[in-house]
Amino acid sequence: MSGAAERLVVVGNGMAGMACLEQILRHSANFRVTVFGDETHVNYNRIQLSSVLAGEKDADEIVINSLEWYRERNIDLRLGVRITGVDATRRTVTGDDGTITHYDKLLLATGSSPLIPPMAGSDKEGVYCFRNLNDTRALLERVRPGLKTVVIGGGLLGLEAARGLQLRGADVTVVHLMSTLMERQLDAVGGQYLQNKIEELGVKVLLSHNTTAILGDRRVEGIAFVNGYRMEADLVVIAVGIRPNVALGKCAGLTVNRGIVVNDHMETSDPAIFAVGECAEHRGVVYGLVAPLYEQGKVLAATITGNRGPRYEGSVPEARLKIMGVDVFSAGFVQDNASGVESIRYEDPSLGIYKKLILRDGRLAGVILIGDLSDSRRYMDWLRTGVDLREKRRRLLSPDPVPDRGANVAEMPDSETVCGCNGVTKGAIISAIHESSIRTLTQLKQCTRASTGCGSCTDLCLGLLKAVAPEFEEDKKKVLCECVPFPQESLREIVRSQKLKSVQEVLDIYGNGVGCEICKPALSYMVDMTWCGEHEEDRSARFINDRVHANIQRDGTFSVVPRIRGGVTSPAELRRIADVADKYRVRMVKITGSQRIDLLGVAKEDLPEIWADLGMPSGQAYTKGVRMVKTCVGTEFCRFGTQDAIAAGVELERRLENLYTPHKTKMAVVGCPRNCAEATVKDIGLVGQEGSWQVVVGGAAGKRVRRADLLLTAETTEEALEAAQIFFQYYREHANYLERTYDFVERVGIETVRRETVYAPRAVQEALLARLAKSKALTPDAWLERDRPYHPTQFVQIQPMEAASV
Amino acid sequence: MSWIRVTAVENIPLREGRAVRIGDQELAIFNLGHEFLAVSNRCPHRGGPLADGIVSGNSVVCPLHSWKICLTSGAVCRPAGESACIRSYPVKVVDGIALVELTAERAEAA
Repeated sequence: MSGAAERLVVVGNGMAGMACLEQILRHSANFRVTVFGDETHVNYNRIQLSSVLAGEKDADEIVINSLEWYRERNIDLRLGVRITGVDATRRTVTGDDGTITHYDKLLLATGSSPLIPPMAGSDKEGVYCFRNLNDTRALLERVRPGLKTVVIGGGLLGLEAARGLQLRGADVTVVHLMSTLMERQLDAVGGQYLQNKIEELGVKVLLSHNTTAILGDRRVEGIAFVNGYRMEADLVVIAVGIRPNVALGKCAGLTVNRGIVVNDHMETSDPAIFAVGECAEHRGVVYGLVAPLYEQGKVLAATITGNRGPRYEGSVPEARLKIMGVDVFSAGFVQDNASGVESIRYEDPSLGIYKKLILRDGRLAGVILIGDLSDSRRYMDWLRTGVDLREKRRRLLSPDPVPDRGANVAEMPDSETVCGCNGVTKGAIISAIHESSIRTLTQLKQCTRASTGCGSCTDLCLGLLKAVAPEFEEDKKKVLCECVPFPQESLREIVRSQKLKSVQEVLDIYGNGVGCEICKPALSYMVDMTWCGEHEEDRSARFINDRVHANIQRDGTFSVVPRIRGGVTSPAELRRIADVADKYRVRMVKITGSQRIDLLGVAKEDLPEIWADLGMPSGQAYTKGVRMVKTCVGTEFCRFGTQDAIAAGVELERRLENLYTPHKTKMAVVGCPRNCAEATVKDIGLVGQEGSWQVVVGGAAGKRVRRADLLLTAETTEEALEAAQIFFQYYREHANYLERTYDFVERVGIETVRRETVYAPRAVQEALLARLAKSKALTPDAWLERDRPYHPTQFVQIQPMEAASV
Repeated sequence: MSWIRVTAVENIPLREGRAVRIGDQELAIFNLGHEFLAVSNRCPHRGGPLADGIVSGNSVVCPLHSWKICLTSGAVCRPAGESACIRSYPVKVVDGIALVELTAERAEAA
C-alpha cells in the first residue's frame, strides 16, 4: 500500500455501507479503511432477519461479510463503537469510546432507526422493535407457543415479524392504523387479498386501529386504542416504519431534509463527505429498500475514487413480501386515482391471485402482483426501461406461454437485470461464469453477489448457471428430489397455502411436471395429510402397495395382514384365517413380530375375496401408516400388571388406525415397567405404572436401536391416549416423508416436541386433535375397496379381447 | 405383423400400467395420457412386475428394487451402465381399444 493512501472512514457496517465499500475497493486499493459499526456483529443481511425469526435460517447463515473478509482487505473494523460526532473542519469523527479518528473521505451509511410513534408506555418490558439481530434474538428468546402477541404496523416488516412469531407458536394479531395492509405498496383490493392470505395462515388482522397506549405496570399487559377498545398482549412489536439516522449529517453541518441530501453523484454538501443508503435523500426521496442501496453504492464508488461521471437517477421502488406462501410484489407508482392513469386488473379470488398494472401514457408506471409473481421480472424490466406498451396492450397480463425455465433464461436480453437487489444483469452473470469458471450457486453468489439479497432470483440464477456453466454442480440442499427441488418443509407449506390438492398439480406448478418414484409417494402423503378427504387421490402416484393395499413380495405376489388390534384375536377369527389360508392355498402362514398373522404368497386377483372372507380390516402392514399396537395382558391376567394394557392398546389402535403417517408407525402398550411388549423401543409407547402411564415417543428397534424419550406422565388412561394422539398428529404434520419418529424427535429435539404438543396451550392441542379427528373420519378401512374398487381393473388381470393368432 | 386387440383404453388408468397375458407372453401396458406403451412385464433384474411400477415420464420404476426401464425402448436407464434390455411392443389405439403388435418371429423368440 502506498504511503499516499487516503484515509476512508465508513460509519455504518450495514448492507449499504459494505456493499458500497466493496465497490470502492474494486475501483481503487488506494484507501486505508476504517469501518465503525454500532452493532457488535459483522455485516449481515438485514432483510433476511424475518427468515431468522421464522426459523428458516440461522443467524450465521445471513452473514454477508465474515471477519475474514475485513482482514483480507486490511480493513480496520471497529465493532460496538457508535460515532457520536463529526468535525467537518478538522475532518475527524469521535466515537462513544472516546477515540478520535481522522478522515480524508467520510462515508455516512448510518441507515435508519425504527420509528416509535407517540404513545404512552412504549418503554415497558415486553415491547420490542424488529430492526436488527439483537431485536430478533430478544424476540426469539421471549416468544412462546400461545403467547398473546401484538404487532403494531401492517407494512412489510410488521407482517414478516408477525408471521415469524406465529410460526414460533405465538397467537399474533397485526394492528394497523390504515384501512389497508401495506397501503403504500398495494391498493385496497390488493390489501384485501393479502389480508385473506395472512388470516388463512392464522395471523389475525385489526385494521383502522390507532394505538394510543401500551398498558401494564412494569411489563406490557395490553394495548389501548383511540376508539377506546383494548386488547390483551404479553408481547408487543412496533414495526410502523423507519426514520433516517441523520444526526451525524447535521453535526457535520451538511444539508439535511428528511435524510442527508445527496446529488446525482452521491455527494453531500461537503466535498469530503458522502452518504449512501437509508440515511441519504436523493431528489427528495429516501429509500428504505435494498435495491437502491446497491445502485447508489456503485455511483458513489465511482465518485469517491476520482471517477466522477456515472449518475444515480433514482430507483423504481420495489417491494416483495418474504412470507412463504404469501406472494406479494409491488413496484413503481401504484395509486390509480391520479389523472391520466389507467389500470388493468386480473383477479381469481379462490386461488388468491390478483394482478394490476398501472399505465401512464402507454407505459408501465406501477405493478401489483399477489399470488403469482411469475411475471414480476418482465414488469420490472418494463418499469425500468419505460418501454412503450401500446403494441403489446392486448397481452399485458397474458404472456406468451413459456415452455420451460431454460427457454425463459434464453429469452432474456443480456442487459436485463436478474438480481434486482444487487443490480446484476444476465450479461454480468454469464461473463462471471466464464471468467471465473464458476460451477455452483455458492460460487456465483460469492463472485457476483447475485441472489444474496432477497433471494427471489435464485431459480433464475440457477437456470442461467445450468445453461451456461459447462461443469455445473448442484449445491447440497436438502430438497425432496430433482423433480420438485424444494425442501419438504417448503413443499408442505406450498401444498397448504397454495391449496394444491393433487400430486400432479404440485408437479406441474412447482416441479418438472413428471415426477418419479421418490417424490410422487411423498407428495401423495402431503396432499392427503393436508387435505384429507378434499384431495384428489391419484393412485398412479402411490407405490403398488398403496394401490392394492397389500405388500408386494419378491415374486410379485402379495402378503395379507389383517388388523388384530392389540394382538387380541378370537377362535372364530382364527378359524376364518385358517379357512382363507386353505381356500386360497396361501403358501405360508406366519406369526409376525407385531403380534399379528401374515398370509404370504397371495395373487393380486385374490385380494378382494380374501379380505371379504376374512371379514377383518386392513392391518396396513404394507404402507407408511399405522401398523400395530402390541400389548401385554396387563391387569386382565398378569399378576404383576398395574394398568389395563389391553384395553388401552386396543383403544389406541382404534383411534389411529387407517391413517397414513410419514413413515410406518409402530406402537405398544404395556401394563407395567417390565415392558413385555417392548413399548420403549416403539414409535409411540405407553408404559403403565402404579397410578399413571408414561407416554414415550421416538423409540426404535430396527436398523438402529433407540430408547424412546418420555413425552409426559399421565394420571389417567384417557390423558395418556390423548397425549399419544397429539404427538401422532404433530408427527404427521411436521415430519418429512420417510422420516421415522426416532429421526424426527432427534432432529426437532424432544424439548421442542413437548413444548409444541403436550405443553402447548390447550387451543393448539385441540387444533391438532381436531385435524386428526377430521382425517380419521374421512379415512375408511382400505380393504373396503373390495366392494367398491377405486378402479375397475385395480385388482383384476386384464384378459386380451382376442387370442394371439400365432 | 399381427395387431391384437387387447382392452378398452379406460381399463388402464392414466399414468398406470396393467399386466396382460397374450399367448405365452406377459406384457405391461401403460397409459401415459398422450400415448400407450407396452413392454415385457418382467424386470431384467429380478423379474419384478413392471406393470405395478410408478411411471416417471416415459419410464417405469420396478416396484421391487427400483430399476428404471425406458418404456419406449425397453432399455434399462438405472442403474447406469446396465446394458440389459427388455422387449417393447408397438401399441396403437383404434376406436378406444388398445392394440398391441406381436411379430411372428419375435413371438417365437420370446
